[in-house]
Amino acid sequence: MKALKTALALLVGDAQSDRVVPPTGHTVRLTLFSAGAMAFLAVFALALSMATGRLASLWGDELARSSTIRISAPEAQVADQTDAALKVLETTPGVASARALTTEEQQQLLEPWFGNGLSLEGLPVPQLIEVVEKGDGFDAEGLRLRLQAEVPGATLDDHTRWRRPLVKAARSLRLLGALSLILIGGTMAALITLAATAALAANSQVIRVLRLVGAQDSYIAGAFVRRFTLRALIGGAAGTAVGMIAVALLPSAQPEGGFLTGLGFEGWHWLWPLLIPPLGAVVAFVATREAAMRTLRGLR
Amino acid sequence: MIELENMAYSYGGGELLSGISLKLAPGSFHFLTGPSGAGKTTFLRLCYGDLTATSGTVRLFGRDVRDLTRDQIALLRRKIGTVHQDCQFLDHLPLYENIALPLTVAGHSEWTDEANLKELMQWVGLGNRARALPPELSGGERQRAALARAIIMSPDVILADEPTGNVDWEMSQRLLTLLVELNRLGKTVVIATHDLALIRAAKSQVQARVLRIANRKLQLAGADL
Repeated sequence: MKALKTALALLVGDAQSDRVVPPTGHTVRLTLFSAGAMAFLAVFALALSMATGRLASLWGDELARSSTIRISAPEAQVADQTDAALKVLETTPGVASARALTTEEQQQLLEPWFGNGLSLEGLPVPQLIEVVEKGDGFDAEGLRLRLQAEVPGATLDDHTRWRRPLVKAARSLRLLGALSLILIGGTMAALITLAATAALAANSQVIRVLRLVGAQDSYIAGAFVRRFTLRALIGGAAGTAVGMIAVALLPSAQPEGGFLTGLGFEGWHWLWPLLIPPLGAVVAFVATREAAMRTLRGLR
Repeated sequence: MIELENMAYSYGGGELLSGISLKLAPGSFHFLTGPSGAGKTTFLRLCYGDLTATSGTVRLFGRDVRDLTRDQIALLRRKIGTVHQDCQFLDHLPLYENIALPLTVAGHSEWTDEANLKELMQWVGLGNRARALPPELSGGERQRAALARAIIMSPDVILADEPTGNVDWEMSQRLLTLLVELNRLGKTVVIATHDLALIRAAKSQVQARVLRIANRKLQLAGADL
């Protein structure tokens, strides 16, 4: 409670108190620029982190809930084996639905590789059956054995081998995004500490005069802390605004673009970046206060 | 108020002040003399807690300086007005804000308007210089401004280090008159000076003790003026 009161007193101050520290253009520009740049980068790190989190969930859910059965058989047997496979699936616990993909749907699946207007006639393209699971899903090994016995041309793909590395990669990217945010915060704290220390060193004579007339260290530190916190807030707000505009201008999520086109915020997630400027100000507050108190302890 | 007991101060391996004992009684007026480098400024800095005695005791308003934190010393300094040789202003602030600085740091910003300071600034003869920046002031104006800043908190003690060092005789008389007026209001005044003419001139105005620092010791430099 006392710490909170001290922090508030440091932040509030008054206009007259803030004038005791002379304006220094160099540190103003440095702090504004570094806070703005860090906020801009933080928006992207946040967008990356959230997009990859979203993708990890999406991929995990989508792939976990569906499987594919591929029927590779001589052309004359494809229809029979497809019917047989569908019958097996009808009696398999954990299967919500199963349907054979139409020729058009199979064409669409191949379009990214072969382009439009591909005719599947004459091509040995296997028939695909989409299986949607329910509840805890089905027993993949049991289904494989049944298909092996009743539908010799059927191969079950439950997507496990695809799903695991994709989800793992997305989770790693999300972790990297979070780590980047922490590093950005740390870098900003370091830059502001350097700027504040430089400002304090440049104002040692001002500090001496203030002490002479009865100023306590908390008062002197407060004048610097308010200045740097405000600069970090302004710089952070500008950087965040530019970052959000840049993210908004990125292409929206499209299947053709894959992962790279989904790097934005969705819905209420657009509110998250708005936390960056106040968090930057908190980082600046703590960094400047620590630098100021340390420097003041060292100054006679 | 300010009490020194067998106080010594060493600097750079050598003893600058030694065996000094003194009590500054409320309402007293002291001159502190001695050759340049004798330790007059050091003595004053010890008296307002800017330096810490190497041995012995310095008490400010009954409290041993060594037991005080820097912030506690800062609070006690609000009861001690100081005038320095080099005056020490914030060059980016106009004069009236510099004079009001002790009020500002004490959290009384509401009293620091130019209008509120008008009477004080006129008293020290700077009524028309309120908005001037310190580098624009003459030596005498700076000394008077420093005096105004020293007394703005109505301190109990005024310590002035060569307040007439950079001014002509007429101006030094004006400054002396101001300090004597403050003493009549009950303030304790200590003026460090090597200007014996100033001390003689004070004879007709105030009962003062003249102290002299020589050979690291503090001595009474003769009969009261």
